[in-house]
Amino acid sequence: MSVADEWTAAKDGAAPVAEKVDLLVLGAGPAGMAAATEARAHGMSVLVLDENAAPGGQVHRAVEARLPAKDDQDKDGAKLAAAFRASGAQYRPGATLWAVEPEGKVFWSEAGAARSVRAERLILCAGATERPLPIPGWTLPGVMSVGAAQIALKTSGLVPEGAVWLAGQGPLLWLYAVQALAKGGRIAGIVDLSPPGGLRRAQPHLLRALKAPEYLWRGLVWQRQVKRAVQVIPARDLRAEGEGRLARILVDGVAHPADLLLLHDGVVPNTQVTRAIAGLTHGWDPVQRCWRPGLDLWGNTAVPGVMVAGDSGGIGGARAAALSGRIAALEAGRALGRITTDERDGRAGPLRLLRDRQLAPRLFLDAMFPPLPEAAIPDETVLCRCEEVTAGRVRQAVALGCLGANQTKAFTRAGMGPCQGRICGPAVHGVIAAARGVQGGEVDPFRTRFPTKPLTLGELAALAG
Amino acid sequence: MKKALVIGGGLHGLSTALHLARTPGWQVTLLERRHVGRHSSGVNAGGVRRLGRALPEIALSVIAAEMWQNITALVGDDCGFRATGQVKVAESTADMAKNEARVAQVRALGWSHEEVVDQVEVRRLLPAVSRHVVGAIVTRDDGSADPMRTVMAFRRAAEQAGVTIVEGVAVTGLEATAEGTIRVDTDQGPYEAERVANCAGAWAPDLAALTGETIPCGTKASMMIVTERLPPFVDPTVGATARALSFKQTAAGTVVIGGGHQGRNDKAAETSTVLFGSLAHAARIAAEIFPCVAQARIVRSWTGTEARPPDDMPVIGESRTLPGLFHSFGFSGHGFQLSPAAGAAVAELMARGATNLPVAPFTQDRFTVPA
Ligand SMILES: Cc1cc2nc3c(=O)[nH]c(=O)nc-3n(C[C@H](O)[C@H](O)[C@H](O)COP(=O)(O)OP(=O)(O)OC[C@H]3O[C@@H](n4cnc5c(N)ncnc54)[C@H](O)[C@@H]3O)c2cc1C
Ligand SMILES: Cc1cc2nc3c(=O)[nH]c(=O)nc-3n(C[C@H](O)[C@H](O)[C@H](O)COP(=O)(O)OP(=O)(O)OC[C@H]3O[C@@H](n4cnc5c(N)ncnc54)[C@H](O)[C@@H]3O)c2cc1C
Repeated sequence: MSVADEWTAAKDGAAPVAEKVDLLVLGAGPAGMAAATEARAHGMSVLVLDENAAPGGQVHRAVEARLPAKDDQDKDGAKLAAAFRASGAQYRPGATLWAVEPEGKVFWSEAGAARSVRAERLILCAGATERPLPIPGWTLPGVMSVGAAQIALKTSGLVPEGAVWLAGQGPLLWLYAVQALAKGGRIAGIVDLSPPGGLRRAQPHLLRALKAPEYLWRGLVWQRQVKRAVQVIPARDLRAEGEGRLARILVDGVAHPADLLLLHDGVVPNTQVTRAIAGLTHGWDPVQRCWRPGLDLWGNTAVPGVMVAGDSGGIGGARAAALSGRIAALEAGRALGRITTDERDGRAGPLRLLRDRQLAPRLFLDAMFPPLPEAAIPDETVLCRCEEVTAGRVRQAVALGCLGANQTKAFTRAGMGPCQGRICGPAVHGVIAAARGVQGGEVDPFRTRFPTKPLTLGELAALAG
Repeated sequence: MKKALVIGGGLHGLSTALHLARTPGWQVTLLERRHVGRHSSGVNAGGVRRLGRALPEIALSVIAAEMWQNITALVGDDCGFRATGQVKVAESTADMAKNEARVAQVRALGWSHEEVVDQVEVRRLLPAVSRHVVGAIVTRDDGSADPMRTVMAFRRAAEQAGVTIVEGVAVTGLEATAEGTIRVDTDQGPYEAERVANCAGAWAPDLAALTGETIPCGTKASMMIVTERLPPFVDPTVGATARALSFKQTAAGTVVIGGGHQGRNDKAAETSTVLFGSLAHAARIAAEIFPCVAQARIVRSWTGTEARPPDDMPVIGESRTLPGLFHSFGFSGHGFQLSPAAGAAVAELMARGATNLPVAPFTQDRFTVPA
């Protein structure tokens, strides 16, 4: 017919989608899988989108490839995935959501073409993302995040080779070290950047945390295991150096040869999509210094019909995520008239208690591992990788009167590149707050705009059919 | 000195204020509800185009084009204007026939800026254009400019000419006084002036309504896409005969795509939002005419709001209910190019009640059915 058909038709392989569904679930992690399964049990038509190739999300990534499950985490994941597969929810892997419009119109890309559907209700379970840890030299090839290394480990069993360093702080850093060692990986050392006094800060929350003692216990065991096998260097200052790629790291000025440096500074809720939805309010979490969507007890946001569950509503871990997914699905069932309010309340009660227990250690962990101070980031450190904007330039912009992250775009182009602030957002935000001497909550977050994921013209064009 | 007030800090307000302030005897204040350039004028595609104008608009557009060629003389900055040409491609022989008829019509009126070119010439002008394109209409010395830079240049020039610009002030009412002046109420107290210009863009018809004058007018929320940077592949700004497209590559390498595909307006909230289902048509047309951009990543998309009378032509003329008030709005997606000339015309109407500039076709009287 027309010239466009050459490239639209060729990529149009996937199965068709209905024009309308009762419930759209974003994400097939524990929260999304549990939400979809619960919703199907109450007769809703459910469409689940996830950009990964298989269900599991972060924590249970590729769990179906490791059956029969050996450890507790994989067992949880395998159970969730099996129930999800059997639920009758329509599951579309390899589907990246990039826009939500009023009245529940959702857009995504799949196999090189954009698609859309109208959903009565949305449960967004986009999980967490790693907080960036910008240090001088972090843009060198050979420096990556612990999360990225963990993905390689989970999906293809890959352990890194050569002189491998881990640096930063947070439970996931220790967990990855345990996982890599168990796979026969070798680690040259761990640079522990956590500010001293963690236990002291966390102590007031200890009693509550002991409601779910296995979290703390596991953490202690991980640290013990790792420290037996690997040198741990407490430090304040870390730099990556090399000519065109990483060659060494400087730990408080002392050089160590390095082939791979894996950085980590905890995880934050993934609010990329929720922040782009007009009218969806967010609040500032002063302890973990991040934004999270404002939610009621059920996961309803300020926008009718749009709900959030799992870590994208606030970091709570995999089990809490699954429980909040089910609770949100019950509320969706009530809103759609599939179950009565009494039925919702009756079913949700026990789930709520279980979730409270899962969340019990959060205050302790949050106080133990606050994010590293942005004020300490050296001026020459690149914050925005797309537009190569340094911390120093952001601080200069603040001195010139720039008050928020959106204004830095006009001053410096930070956040204007293809990633649209997805990677650097928390760091730019934190540097501005520190430079202004105010709480992060007083600084506007980067406004995100749809499309929130890179989309080609050709993909978008496919929607015009 | 006589006092004049201009409502609206878009390009039409700024240009009107600039020209009036350069007229001896006038003291001009401009009131802008948000900040200068907040709406259409700051977010448009920057097309400086005579090509394809509705016939009644051509005369004014031709004068504007001369002003653009010499824009530095007017505002002290080149506004990023580049006379790289405008090309409207024909995708079928039917399009070609339409083009020939159109250019004949324009020439019959005595204008020579539009020219029909064949496939060989269109491929020379646009080496990356799709092979199915059979020809085009070209205006070689049309071009494009940088909207935000243009707004800033007009602002500076207006201030240098003596205009007082007040941002963050919303006009809420207009009334004749006993002394024959106009009282302009705002959310921050009243102003008074002998002449007032209504350059409030999408909200201008509402201001007219406050004085009891109904001017039929809808709203547009045109959408735009900008891509990542690509190596240079096209100089002119490109449109199409039978489909809605505006397409150009900026000096930085990004590709800016529009064409009047409509998003959703919320005039009360002063926002408009992208509707991707409709934006997809812009992407499709762009990728069909320039296949090399199909794989380019979209970096951002946005919308801008403006007024649109039923015939897609502006309303320029004195109020029929409040003498001394002059309307200039409803540029319907093509007012960027007209702004230097339209502002001059409105300033003359305000200062001496008449102008030789060709704005007579644009009075609101055209909507009144004779009794
Ligand atoms: C890098 C990283 C590694 C982690 N590793 C562990 C671990 O080993 N153990 C542990 O207990 N916890 C880990 N966590 C914490 C983990 O986030 C939670 O424990 C748990 O996975 C939360 O479940 P969830 O369902 O909320 O989100 P997730 O499990 O993260 O699932 C979210 C899903 O949404 C999908 N998604 C997000 N946005 C889009 C979009 N726009 N389009 C399509 N799909 C989208 C993602 O692909 C993902 O599959 C990790 C977190 C991160 C960021
Ligand atoms: C996406 C898009 C692309 C375009 N591309 C082109 C192009 O390529 N070429 C071209 O020639 N034209 C183009 N246009 C059209 C062009 O941008 C407009 O015609 C032109 O900018 C209109 O200028 P304006 O001053 O009338 O309106 P605006 O720029 O909208 O200014 C009106 C101002 O009035 C203010 N205001 C409103 N109400 C009040 C009040 N009560 N009190 C005080 N202030 C008030 C508003 O805040 C606003 O700043 C495009 C438009 C859009 C939206």
